[in-house]
Amino acid sequence: MTRAVITHGPRPDAAADVPDIDMSTWLAGLELPSPVLTASGCAAAGRELDQFFDITTIGAVVTKSIMLNPRSGRPTPRMAETPSGMLNSIGLQGPGIDAFLDKDLEWLRARGARAVVSIAGGSVDEYTRLASKLRHVADVAAIEVNISCPNVEDRGQVFACDPVSAAEVITAVRRNTNPGIPVLAKLSPDVTDIVAIARSVVDAGADGLSMINTLLGMVIDTDTMRPALAGITGGLSGPAIRPVAVRCVYQVHAALPDVPILGMGGISTGLDALEFVLAGASAVSVGTVTFHDPSAPARIARELAVALAERGFESFEQAVGHAHRATDAAAASGGPVAGHGHTVDDDEPDTSVEAGVEG
Amino acid sequence: MTTTGHSKAGAIQVTGEVIGLRRAGEYHVLTLTAGGIPDLTRPGHFVALAVGGDQSSMLLRRAFSIYSVQSRGVYGGTLEIVFAVNGKGTEWLSRLHRHDQVDIVGPLGRPFALPKEPVACVLVAGGYGSAPMFSLADALRARGCRVDVVLGASTESKLFGVLDAKRITASLTITTDDGSAGERGRVTDVLPAVLKRTDADVVYACGPMPMLQAVAKVATEHGAYSQCAVEESMACGIGVCMSCVLPVVGDDGVTRMLRSCVDGPVFRGDRVRWDEVGSIPEGTLGAPVSGGH
Repeated sequence: MTRAVITHGPRPDAAADVPDIDMSTWLAGLELPSPVLTASGCAAAGRELDQFFDITTIGAVVTKSIMLNPRSGRPTPRMAETPSGMLNSIGLQGPGIDAFLDKDLEWLRARGARAVVSIAGGSVDEYTRLASKLRHVADVAAIEVNISCPNVEDRGQVFACDPVSAAEVITAVRRNTNPGIPVLAKLSPDVTDIVAIARSVVDAGADGLSMINTLLGMVIDTDTMRPALAGITGGLSGPAIRPVAVRCVYQVHAALPDVPILGMGGISTGLDALEFVLAGASAVSVGTVTFHDPSAPARIARELAVALAERGFESFEQAVGHAHRATDAAAASGGPVAGHGHTVDDDEPDTSVEAGVEG
Repeated sequence: MTTTGHSKAGAIQVTGEVIGLRRAGEYHVLTLTAGGIPDLTRPGHFVALAVGGDQSSMLLRRAFSIYSVQSRGVYGGTLEIVFAVNGKGTEWLSRLHRHDQVDIVGPLGRPFALPKEPVACVLVAGGYGSAPMFSLADALRARGCRVDVVLGASTESKLFGVLDAKRITASLTITTDDGSAGERGRVTDVLPAVLKRTDADVVYACGPMPMLQAVAKVATEHGAYSQCAVEESMACGIGVCMSCVLPVVGDDGVTRMLRSCVDGPVFRGDRVRWDEVGSIPEGTLGAPVSGGH
């Protein structure tokens, strides 16, 4: 099987055009060769996507949130397509931490892929036990603590909606797991002040932040005249939520510039990823787009490298938080010139990039 | 043609080109170039197509049974799918023109299991659920199996593949709900007699879920295995999203919520808990206990 490139444009040889630019990044003490990761819940544990691109080449596989015990998830229908997005109401179906460690994590280890393990619990105690289980497991690059899954019966269980509850969970995880492994807190956008939640979890020991989880949404089927999802409400993801996510990353980076951010929410092209980076993300996760294009993580990494080079960046890290810098300072330091990127020449390797710039 | 994928036997992603789009009764038959997918395809596999073009607001792929494949020809590998327009995605597909490009992922799913012995098989399909049955019939006949076919639909224009079926079958029985073709009634009205007459060991079925449930029941009553290709709405088609699950009993007697895209779409009819599709049956692995999660 030859590995070539999917492009929607006229040039199938885009891979040859990937510029020689340093794409490595540091995320909360973790060095990654690529800033593009999968997003939890959109890549299972990497094995399925490995059919479409080499998952060892991306930053890391962020695995689907795992709970202490096996979990069936919610009834079907679990999914509804929405304009430029979708609602999901999966309900954290999974095999439980023990089976996950034996099978899924073991497969990732054998495959040589970096694994960020996402954990979810219904109580502080469950998070504590999950963190303890991971304490002596090798080959966990980082732990992402999902305190923001909207698909729980009790909204009071969404820890990330309350600064005190959020901090309790992060404290418990940080205290019970290997001190050398970064802990990322995954935040919900469904809050009045995401900066307050971010401060709270950072004070509790989070090494970094993952932003954002899905937004709570709902679709009513106009034929049946009833909710489209069996779970009634679901989490909205996809390009429809990207502006909300970029705003969250920008606000938190402005307030807490030293806290590393893994940005996510509707990224489907390299330029989408660039928005998050400019807003302050040290790495990005791509999620829902993999349902549309299973090779998206590899494609987006290439497109991001091209986009950075076109704007005069010499390395990925140079671009992190760039949108916060005064344009004068950027110009004076010889950095990328503001305003570049508004024209796209005929050599643009991917029409979706062109559309992203102009559209 | 561009292709991504480096797996040995899994699915690949290709940019296909429209070779033809034709009407067949109330359905459309779409022929696409498909690179290496035809070579990997077995009866019962499906493909997932991106819809709406480059700037589409429709993120989710649409899954279709593969009707036929051709490994080599004027256009290289090609495949055909059958669809009915029942939403914006299929409406977009119905307006494609020759040379338009369609992103295809496939082949996906677990295909039909084939008997090792040359036993008699009955193929039952509802509506365009017959699409995967013709390549299946070819594979069965190549093994020396007797193949009898039952096709059903609500009305004559919603039958698909009657001529194909006549070519490949020992006997063809047609039913329509309104009696516009064949016998008035449902496939399960005629199935017991067909099973008795052919002494079939295996029943293969594809169509709406209530039909599959009824066919599986009849097959079990006649001591035949049933292989049912289910229709569940999918978001990714490749096993990562967990949308398309249904309760299936395993060899260990435990019910699990299995993904119809990678654990199916073909399941043993006697293993699916048909009455409880859409729910989490009590006792399912990981089911909520008293009062929910």
